[in-house]
Amino acid sequence: MSEAAIRLTGLKKSFGPVRAVAGIDLEIADGEFFSLLGPSGSGKTTVLRMIAGFELPTAGTVALSGRDVTRLAPFERDVNTVFQDYALFPHLSVIQNVEYGLKVRKVPRAERRRRAEEALASVRLEGFGDRRPGAMSGGQRQRVALARALVNRPKVLLLDEPLGALDLKLREQMQVELKQIQRDVGITFVFVTHDQDEALTMSDRVAVFDNGRIAQVGTPEEVYERPASPFVAGFVGTSNLLTGDVARAVLGRDGAYSVRPEKVILTVDGDTGAAGTVAEVIYAGPVTRFVVDLDAGARVVVVEQNRRTGTAALNEMRGKRVRLTWHEEHVIEIPSSKETADAAQR
Amino acid sequence: MAFFHRHPRLRLAGLLSAPLMWLAVAYLGALAVLLVSAFWTVNGFTGEVVREFTLANFRTLVTEEVYRNVTLRSIGVAVAVTAICVVLAVPMAFYMAKVAAPRSRHWLVILILTPLWASYLVKAYAWRVLLANDGPVDWLFFGHGPGYGLLATVVVLTYLWLPYMILPLYAGLERMPSSLLEASGDLGARPLRTFRAVVLPLLVPSIIAGSIFTFSLSLGDYITVQIVGGKTQLLGNLVYANIGAANNLPFAAAIATVPVLIMVIYLVAVRRSGALEEL
Repeated sequence: MSEAAIRLTGLKKSFGPVRAVAGIDLEIADGEFFSLLGPSGSGKTTVLRMIAGFELPTAGTVALSGRDVTRLAPFERDVNTVFQDYALFPHLSVIQNVEYGLKVRKVPRAERRRRAEEALASVRLEGFGDRRPGAMSGGQRQRVALARALVNRPKVLLLDEPLGALDLKLREQMQVELKQIQRDVGITFVFVTHDQDEALTMSDRVAVFDNGRIAQVGTPEEVYERPASPFVAGFVGTSNLLTGDVARAVLGRDGAYSVRPEKVILTVDGDTGAAGTVAEVIYAGPVTRFVVDLDAGARVVVVEQNRRTGTAALNEMRGKRVRLTWHEEHVIEIPSSKETADAAQR
Repeated sequence: MAFFHRHPRLRLAGLLSAPLMWLAVAYLGALAVLLVSAFWTVNGFTGEVVREFTLANFRTLVTEEVYRNVTLRSIGVAVAVTAICVVLAVPMAFYMAKVAAPRSRHWLVILILTPLWASYLVKAYAWRVLLANDGPVDWLFFGHGPGYGLLATVVVLTYLWLPYMILPLYAGLERMPSSLLEASGDLGARPLRTFRAVVLPLLVPSIIAGSIFTFSLSLGDYITVQIVGGKTQLLGNLVYANIGAANNLPFAAAIATVPVLIMVIYLVAVRRSGALEEL
């Protein structure tokens, strides 16, 4: 039985009257790529900072590999952090930045040079050692920060929205690279992000944060296909919520349900399914989004791949009467917020 | 206005002509007069200024031991004041910028600035009272206070110029992202190591900025020395004495070029060291 890499128990943090983290229990396994996903202000970064040791919890404990580190300083913990702004030392060269942790731990000069150069090579930055961080691009700096953390071979690597400052192309490329590096080194990664795509693409498991609590923990598929609350359904991906009268009219039953936009089939001349009018057509390159006002009263988004349609044909769709259908197994029943809150309490 | 938009040169002229005039006439003009008159002499008999080029003043400055001693003493005082200011200001600025709650920072800055609102003379005389024989400082040291003299001069100048060191250090520390300090700790460095390896190197430009203030202000001071310096003489006193009692304006000008020269050497040395190019 291997100890969890990270175990958080009853973790709470208040800043004066503001409650940032309202009680969190979480176990992260060894070697896992784990994402903390949530909107800004949901407490995910504060949790990361308590694992790193930058913030002392108001209550609760942090254990790394079974050892209670709650009251230990950052320099006494076997974790390293990749900061949102990278936090590279501007007065040191790239190789000196990467060496910093080894130098502090008194690793002999020759070994530390070798390891730093290996680390730079692993992030594809061979030959950049003599540069200053200021003379590098955002993506390169990001990789220096990664090398600087990984070179210490920590048990856990914490990443605080490390891709936030990069443009879309670079971000997608770094997502793949990060995942690859994580698989190679086998270190536990804890990744904070507000970008649901990022979390779904890279993670083994995701914890969705809402208002200082964890709303759901699960694999990307579980979180996306079986959201545990309306909040999760709304935050992770786009979802069409059908509740109350609409649910009764369209689905014929009570409760709250969600259908993902890509699961809805839109037909112009059908006579089965929910009837509605196309209110808006949004062309987005590979896909088109149709906003449909259901007669029953809800607004539903439908995403269709642009396999055949041209823009001219799409524009004619606006105002058309349509029917929406879906497979029964794609209708997700969502527990109400009340039940979710109770579950989180337990 | 559209006219100025189409004529960017005129726009620039409108913006800069007044400050440039001031710079040329009041600032460089005064400096030029100082430099030129340093090469004149005074007729010892009539007291009239003789407007003929001569190196006599500088020859006196270099050859006579009194002036060499006073110059060295002045540099020593300026260095001591600057060093003490750095030692006192770094922790204070660090507290203000990195430890204190953001809301109380403004108040701390105002507190640092308040002594600057009071007259220089009042503050110097306040210290004269403090340092007087059987005064509060004497009492504090069981009758062995420093009294008036060189030490008192250094203490009072440090008191007077400390804000000029704290403020640039505070600005430098406030600009420094806290994540750098966290990253250092995260990589295993204890606070003292972080301070030595990250904070201090990044503060060098701010320390230099502050030291330019404290060093030059100390080097040019003559009032504090008169009030609490006892018999101590610094370059400023010599300038003052030559303007007043000795009525030798050209020689006063020659002495006044010494601190200017020292500052120029200091600035060139700083530039050469590359300390300002790091950031």
